[in-house]
Parts: sequence; structure tokens; C-alpha cells
Amino acid sequence: MRIGIDVGGTNTDAVLLDGDTVLASVKSPTTPEVTGGVTAAIRAVLADSGIAPTAVTAVMIGTTHFVNALVEADRLAPTAAVRLGLPAGAALPPMVDWPARLRAAVSPGLSEPAVYLCHGGHEYDGSALSPLDEGELRRAAADIAARGVRSVAVSAVFSPVSADAELRAAEILAAELGPDVHLSLSHEIGRVGLLPRENATVVNAALRELAVDIVAAFTGALAGAGITAPLFLSQNDGTLMDVEHARTHPVATFASGPTNSMRGAAYLSGLADCAVVDVGGTTADVGVLTGGFPREASGEAELAGVRTNFRIPDVLSLGIGGGSLVDLDAPSVGPRSVGYRLTERALVFGGDTLTATDLAVAAGRAEIGDPARVAHLDRAAVAAALDHIAVRLAETVDRMRTSADPIPVVAVGGGSVLITGLPGFADVRRPAHHAVANAIGAAIAQVGGEVDRVFQVPEGRRAAVLEEARAEAVAAAERAGARPGTVAVVDVEEVPLAYLPGGATRVRVKAVGDLDLTRLPALEDARA
Amino acid sequence: MREIKPEQLDDLARGAGILGTGGGGDPYVGKLLAQQAIRAHGPVTVVDIDEVPADAMVVAISGMGAPTVSLEKIPAGTEEVTALRALERALGRRATHLVPIEVGGLNSMVPFIAAAQTGLPVVDGDAMGRAFPEAQMVLPGLIGVTVAPMAVADDKGNTLVLDTVSNLWAERLARSACVEMGCSVSCADTVMRGDQLRDGLVPATLTLAEELGRAVREARAVHADPVAAAAGMLGGVRLLTGKVVDVERRTSGGFARGEARLAGTAGDTGRTLELSFQNEHLLARRDGTVIATTPDLICVLDTDTGDPVTTEGLRYGLRVTVLGVPCDPRWLTPGGLDLAGPRYFGYDTDHVPLPPH
Repeated sequence: MRIGIDVGGTNTDAVLLDGDTVLASVKSPTTPEVTGGVTAAIRAVLADSGIAPTAVTAVMIGTTHFVNALVEADRLAPTAAVRLGLPAGAALPPMVDWPARLRAAVSPGLSEPAVYLCHGGHEYDGSALSPLDEGELRRAAADIAARGVRSVAVSAVFSPVSADAELRAAEILAAELGPDVHLSLSHEIGRVGLLPRENATVVNAALRELAVDIVAAFTGALAGAGITAPLFLSQNDGTLMDVEHARTHPVATFASGPTNSMRGAAYLSGLADCAVVDVGGTTADVGVLTGGFPREASGEAELAGVRTNFRIPDVLSLGIGGGSLVDLDAPSVGPRSVGYRLTERALVFGGDTLTATDLAVAAGRAEIGDPARVAHLDRAAVAAALDHIAVRLAETVDRMRTSADPIPVVAVGGGSVLITGLPGFADVRRPAHHAVANAIGAAIAQVGGEVDRVFQVPEGRRAAVLEEARAEAVAAAERAGARPGTVAVVDVEEVPLAYLPGGATRVRVKAVGDLDLTRLPALEDARA
Repeated sequence: MREIKPEQLDDLARGAGILGTGGGGDPYVGKLLAQQAIRAHGPVTVVDIDEVPADAMVVAISGMGAPTVSLEKIPAGTEEVTALRALERALGRRATHLVPIEVGGLNSMVPFIAAAQTGLPVVDGDAMGRAFPEAQMVLPGLIGVTVAPMAVADDKGNTLVLDTVSNLWAERLARSACVEMGCSVSCADTVMRGDQLRDGLVPATLTLAEELGRAVREARAVHADPVAAAAGMLGGVRLLTGKVVDVERRTSGGFARGEARLAGTAGDTGRTLELSFQNEHLLARRDGTVIATTPDLICVLDTDTGDPVTTEGLRYGLRVTVLGVPCDPRWLTPGGLDLAGPRYFGYDTDHVPLPPH
């Protein structure tokens, strides 16, 4: 018995799942005060289903709190960045490519960012770049302490190949700065590519205090609803992290929203390979699932002007949603929208604004609000405007597909009542519980492990190296809480480094498995 | 003569990425380094080939190694000048001008780092008019200019000056030293006199890269087609617009090779294009027929943004447009094709002219 919750900017959605069955679902407004809204959502699904709080075995939450904090440059902690790599990298210190506003937001009261270039780090093959200088690190720690900074990001050149330098530096900094300082280590955060990985690590360190508060608010909400089951948070790739990991790795939640709704769509429709159209109040987000996971975007993800090297789902957004403004004469729909004020502004709710939702009601596709209030609309014009929506959505899906083969389309989200069919797509489904697909995606999430680093691949040893990488990824998933035996490798990518003879190859392997609830106490003990 | 300010390098880097034909490395870190150097030392002067005195000593400044490594092990920022000074010591003369070895990719930016630090002007041109993977693949080689003496410097301050019997040996020795030095080094080489530049360089390619980058940026800003803007600026032919449906990579003979299959969309529905790449995109077959080969430029661009798609970044599902762009005509001479024609890269085909517009 699991509860999945999606805390969005507008709505908090919750579902209660018993195995494969959705027992209850609820959509309620997100409250500024986090605990109350989540408690109310949990109570609502428990009341709807008549399930006792003690019967719940796990709660999974997807949240936009952390990415919003970065976008709004709000509630970021003063953060220092320590980089190990001298003499390399001296010309480009940490945060060099950040927008000035965000750089200032993590350096309040400081005339310039607290960045420290130190010796240490590794070459591409893991050998030492330069020896770590303990005295240099102690001096950096003394300066960090003098500035009153309590969050520190540590990055070392080629730490994804060898974490030794970061781990040793962390020991020294922790000894100097005391136990309550927070250290974020870049090899736990990102992949090869120093500046974007370091950026993500600094963001993570800056979010650390907020993470403690938010996690406390969520656990408080569970306690308030009488739930004693463990809490997990959704990560960017659709896998879960436990509370302890969430407190220290808040940045891993950044793209969990679209991932959850796509994974939820896969689950509800029973399809592992399909296009997903998630229609909300203002936009429709179109993505593609392959093997049950979202196809990832190429290139680097820029968040609030900061380059990171997270892999985020490849999503095309179109300005059409349930709240989109409609001009019946053109016809045109969106991109302007009444957004969360649908229930006061739309005609069917007694408002004065013609929205896309009104079209769906007028055409008899949905029973929302009062159909009598849209009975006067010209039927042919309504049909033409809905056709216009279908054509534009179909174009967007077509841009996302990768072959001319037929591809099923799954429509989810509160605004998906706009869709009955899409021209050119024979198989368009709107599964039951489509409005809470994102909460379902959170509830069904699995546990993952990943390897992404440069391997030396001598001639004739490719198979052995790949096997080694696969085993590492599987072991990482099991360490993260996956039940042994359920872990499968879902993605393997190998890219030989350009302009470099000799077989240095970047290998990325991702493995996922089912959450093993029986091992939770043991995992917590292992961490303690 | 004109001055280059840090902001202009944004456009130049964008254009240089496209001229990199899938290789040459992401100019992003190089651009940041050059911008930092200009902020610290002042603007860099760029001069036309015509403005360079006949007796000038012009030195090509470049980076060698794996771009992936330089994105992780960011240079110290001193490597270029260290290499330049080592070369000057060996020759007993001081450089008067610097020039990029290749306008494609990261190496378009590298001379600006040294130019800001030394105050030397940069010549508006380069030795390839695109990006190529090996040191001997330069047009000055066709008029007898040698790569060596060649100075190599790493982030730690180690230097090496090579005196070699051929350009191919300069490539071999520098490459193995580069691996030993951590796979990311800076080079100063291919010394030319001012009166050799007209025959040795492709002229005005820095200006081209900057205008190309600006055209793409401005097209994007007004929601026009950035790929069409790039094609117009380059005189390029659109070979296919489609999606990547398959990418296969392998290592043979110590080099990464690969093929990507593209399925046409929109007006190209039903057509296919097979792209063969090593470090750069080198060969394109449309519906089974070879229609574009190195040394002509095969530029793969993101159809929506006009951003270049590198060989390492080719992934299933990308929506791209492939452009064929004519190379400098000197590459099509027998000597040029020996250096960088399809057969040098191991493809069993002769160069074929690009299809008409």
C-alpha cells in the first residue's frame, strides 16, 4: 500500500495504490505552508479509501520546491566552493559562468564569492594531477569559518574517475570546520564536465538548509496523518531516494515533475514505448517513453541561467492547456491562460472568459462545472477550435517521434479532456486516473544506480569492461535499496573520447530495481 | 584592423561550433577562458591578412588532445604563452602575430587567450577553414610551410620543442607527448612569414564565424529559421532534414568511428541519410548514394535551434538538418585530397562535388 504525492506550484495531487490498483486519488490546492497541504492530501486519500494510516508501507513525494528556490534565488544558503585541480583550471574559478544575481544570492554579505582554488585532483586515467596540500586546505577552511559560511561544495578534477581527492579534502575540511558544516562532494552529484558538475554541487550545497526544512515538513505531514511508513523523494530520472539522501542531495529532485507524469502515463496505460501528452492548465508537455523511461534531452540543462550536466527528459512544451484563452473567430487557442484561476474565470464556472475547458464541455467531452453556461456557443465553431487544438498537438507529437512507425499516444493531466483523437495517430488513449498521473509516477518509482565515467578499454577487452560497468551499476542500485534479483540494466551508452587514440571510452550504465521495503531498517543502520 | 571585446566571442564561438563539422571540441570553455583573459588584459586586435607586414613572424596557437578532457581538466590559462615562449626561445625570434590553426570548434578561441596576455594581434584567417583532427592537415603544408618547430606545453609548465623530418612526424610525436601530459596541451607551431599568409591561410574566417554566429542568434530571436540563416551565410546545401534513428560507434585502428542513420521528415519524408563520422562528420550518403565527403564541410545542426550537433553528441531521436558546405578550393587539389580526402580517413570513395542547390 503506497501513497504517491506530487507537490506542484498550483496543485498537490495524491494517490493511494494497493499493488496495481488505484484505491483513491485527490487533487487539492498547494498551500504556502507545506505541511498542512500534504497532510490534507494524505488524509483525503485515506478517508476516500477507508484505509488505516498504519496500512501504508511507503510514501513517495515529487516536489518542485528546490528548483523553484533556485529560480527565485530564494532561501539559498551562503556557500563556499573549494576546487582541487591546481595548476589546472586557475583561469576559470568556480561560479565564473553564473548570472551575477545568483552568485550574489549564495554569497550574501560577502564582497565576492567564497571560492578556493587548491591543489589535488586527477588526470583522465585516475592518476594524480598534483599532490593534495593539506596546509592549503586548512587555510581555506579557516577563511570559510571566518566568513561564517556553513555550506561547502567540493569539486576535484576528474572526481568521476577517482573520488580520492574529494574524499580526503572532505575529511580535512570536516575536521577543521566541525560536524555541523555541510559538505557536498561533486562526484556524488554529477558527471564528467567540471564546470557544470561543480555548478550543480554548489547549488546542492546552497539548498541544503532548505532541504532539511522541507524534508522535516514532509515527515511532519506524514506524522500528522498518522503514517509511520518511510518517506521517499522522486529524482530527475524517475527513481527514488530516501529521506537521508534527500536531505543531502536536494538538487537531484530538479526535473522530477515531467519524469513522474510520463512514468505515471506508462503505468496507467500499460505501455512502455509511447508518446505522452501531459496537458495542464497552461501548457501541454510532450515527451517520449522508451522502455518505460523518458527519452533524455541532449546537451546540458540550464537551470535559472546555471549550466548543469543533469540529464533531463526531452520535453517539448506547447502553450495549450485547460485554461488557455480561446478566440473562436480565428480560431486560436493559447498561449495565454487563466492558469490556476480556471475555477473562477471559465464560463462553465460562471466566469466571463472563454477557455479551452469550456470548449470540451460544450462539445460534450467533459462534465465540468455548468454545461448550460456554454450551451449558447456555436457548435461548428467549437468543433473547429477543438480541431485546431488537435492539429497543433499532433504536430508536436510528430516532431518528437523518431520513426514513421505507428506510435501510441497517452494523454494525461487535468487538461487532457481536450483530447479525443489526434490526426495521424490511430491509437490515442486517456487512461483512468489520467489527472493524477504525476502522483502515480511518484508512487510506482523504482530505485536506481548509475555508473558514468571514463574507462580504459584495451583492444579485445571491451566486453569485460562493459560487464564490469554493468555490475557496478547493479551494485549501486542494490546499495540504494533495490531488491537483489529485481535489478535490470535499462541503459548502456559508450562513447570513445574523440581525438584520443588508445581506447579511453566514456561508459554510462543505468540500472533500476524494485524498492526493497524489507531491507529499509538494515539500510538505515548501514548509513548510521 | 578591429578590436574584439568579450561579448563578440559569444557569436564567434557559436559560428565556430558550426564550422567544427561535429568535431573541434565545444568552444564553451575556450570562450570563457578567452573572455576572462580579455577582461583581465584588455581587448584583442584582429587584423586582415593584407595588413600583416611581409616580414612578420606569424605563429599558429592551438590546443591538442581530447575536448572531453579539457571540459573536465580546465586549462591553467598559461599553457598557450608558455608554448609560444618556448618556440620563440628555440627560434631566437619573437612572434609578431598569432593565428588560429583551425576556425572550427575550440581552437578558434585559443589564440585569443595568448593574444590578450601578450598584446599580439590575431590574424583574421586560419589554416583549415574548418576543423580537422591531425596536425599535418593544414593548407600551409601545401606551400612548403612545416608544422615544426613545434612547441607543446601542459598545465603544469612542462614544455617540449619538436624538430621533425615531416609534418606527419610532428603529429605522431606531439600526439604521444599529449597523451603522456594528460591529454590536453597547447601548441605553438606552423611559423609563417607575413607574405606567406595569402597562399597559406583561408582568409577572413574569424569574421565569417562571428557573422555566422550572429545570423543564427538573430534568426532565433525573431523566431525565424536559424538553419536557413546558417545555410545562407555559408553558401551551404541542405542535404536532409530529419531525425537520428540509429547511431553505431566502434573503435578500429585506435580511432573512434561511427555511423548514424537519419530518417527524413517534412519535405524529406521517405528519404534516408547515412552519416559516417570519426572525430568530425566526414561522409554523407543519401538514399544509398554518396553526396558529400570531406574535405567539404558536413555540418549537422539542431533543426530547432541551429546549434551544432557533435559526433559525440549524436543521439537517437535528435531532430537535425544536415548541410553540405564547399571547402576552400585548395583542399580539392591532389595534395589537399591526399591530406584530408575521404581515402585518407579510410573510406573507399573519391571526393564527390556537393549537389546543386
